[in-house]
Amino acid sequence: MSASAVTGADVVRWIELYASTIAENKGYLTELDSAIGDADHGSNMNRGMNAVVEKIGDDPGDDIGGLLKTVGMTLVSKVGGAGGPLYGTLFMQMGAATAGKSELSVEDWSAALQAALKGVKARGKAEPGDKTMIDALTPAAEALSKAAAQSTSFTDALKAAESAAEEGMKATIPLVARKGRASYLGERSAGHQDPGATSTYLLMKTASEVLGSSSD
Amino acid sequence: MTLKKLINNPDDVVREALQGVAAAHSDVKVHIDPHYVVRADAPVKGKVGIVSGGGSGHEPMHGGFVGMGMLDAACPGEVFTSPTPDQMLEATKAVSGGAGVLHIVKNYTGDVMNFEMAADLGQTEGIEVEAVVIDDDVAVQDSLYTAGRRGVGATVLAEKICGAAAEAKSSLADVAELCRKVNSQSRSMGMALTSCVTPGAGKATFDLGEDEMEIGIGIHGEPGRERKQIAPASEIVEQMAAAIVDDGPFEQGDEVLAFVNGMGGTPLIELYIVYNELNKLLDGRGINITRNLIGSYITSLEMAGCSITLLKLDDELTKLWDAPVNTTGLRWGA
Repeated sequence: MSASAVTGADVVRWIELYASTIAENKGYLTELDSAIGDADHGSNMNRGMNAVVEKIGDDPGDDIGGLLKTVGMTLVSKVGGAGGPLYGTLFMQMGAATAGKSELSVEDWSAALQAALKGVKARGKAEPGDKTMIDALTPAAEALSKAAAQSTSFTDALKAAESAAEEGMKATIPLVARKGRASYLGERSAGHQDPGATSTYLLMKTASEVLGSSSD
Repeated sequence: MTLKKLINNPDDVVREALQGVAAAHSDVKVHIDPHYVVRADAPVKGKVGIVSGGGSGHEPMHGGFVGMGMLDAACPGEVFTSPTPDQMLEATKAVSGGAGVLHIVKNYTGDVMNFEMAADLGQTEGIEVEAVVIDDDVAVQDSLYTAGRRGVGATVLAEKICGAAAEAKSSLADVAELCRKVNSQSRSMGMALTSCVTPGAGKATFDLGEDEMEIGIGIHGEPGRERKQIAPASEIVEQMAAAIVDDGPFEQGDEVLAFVNGMGGTPLIELYIVYNELNKLLDGRGINITRNLIGSYITSLEMAGCSITLLKLDDELTKLWDAPVNTTGLRWGA
């Protein structure tokens, strides 16, 4: 592995760690969702990520874009709800942005996350402050762009994205939801952390744990 | 806590129930993985295909409405979770008889997004797809700051009425327009006496005190307008009916279809008490119930409670409502 890039094998390890992290947090995500949604985010994401791990197997191939696209397509067909199209779009857009690449630099990673953010916003029509996964994804993508522009190390860039996503996730607590099922609650949605922002934070956290440690 | 449900494993609920449907009913075919229920005689040549779908847990909607005079196919998602685009695409292909396919979609974020993806995929396969979103729940404020009104009871009425029109070989544009008309002339509101328990979560979706009820509940246990002390049926129905009538296109002299729906855990005897109160109230307002539907058709697992839907009728809608239908959930004249 080169000093400043992640490989397909790293991406597979990230996906696998995300799947096991979702499995560990299945009850927690569902609990967050039962407060302001319909109590299925944990089980849906868990079902989807289990299917993803089974689908991608051990062989990452030599096209990270293709790998990420497969992850996205599998989520779309297995998750349902809002999470399926949204996380499916996230990975499919990352895949499109990294098509044909066998290694990703921090710039590639940042571009992929920007593409993901754009795709998720288009699919869900949500903006920052609506109390959705966008509230964690937006600051993470911004932190990565900044880090990429400053030639920060991959590890530090991913850590910055993780912290930004965590802050974004926590910042959803006082927000009144304006998208998704939580929006039906109006003011009553305030005081609860958004489950989608939480699963997005976990995505950034696992990326930092796996890719950060392997890329430097 | 023990999960007190007649199930084997929470993860197998939807598939095993579908296998039961397949074993019980020869008028429909059940496709497993991706899951969809389809008329045994599909595709009907030259007829608009009608596909609906949504999370499971609302039975008999939607699978129980597949058959002559109603849906051509239904896509069941996991419990309270939208189905996926691949299911919808396969169902769409299975019912495409050359006259296009209508998707009847309840207004929930996930349902709308998944059906949008499915419609895109259907178009790429050369199938003309129109989608109509049902949003009849007056409990939810429709504004730029919410996902909009939820689709509830009007879905059942739209599926029946559009099914009849499709059976009479109306065009896709006409069936879609009819669906929008049913939606715009319907209003609904629900209430809950108890919570539902999803198999996945294994505990009550929301906590409701022994002496409390939730007015304006959604079919997934989403909170509504207010939580208050339980009251006599007459007072509850008065509050619901007022909200519906005041919001909708209903005027003195109108003919309506009144749909009193059980949420899954409420016995028919109570639904008839609700209907009696509703009938008296509407009579007092000079609104005539000329058709009715009473029973549990769009449920929320074992939730106790009911919803009321009013649809303003005209000759066209009445005729289509009366047309023969032959499904496991609704059956007359066939």
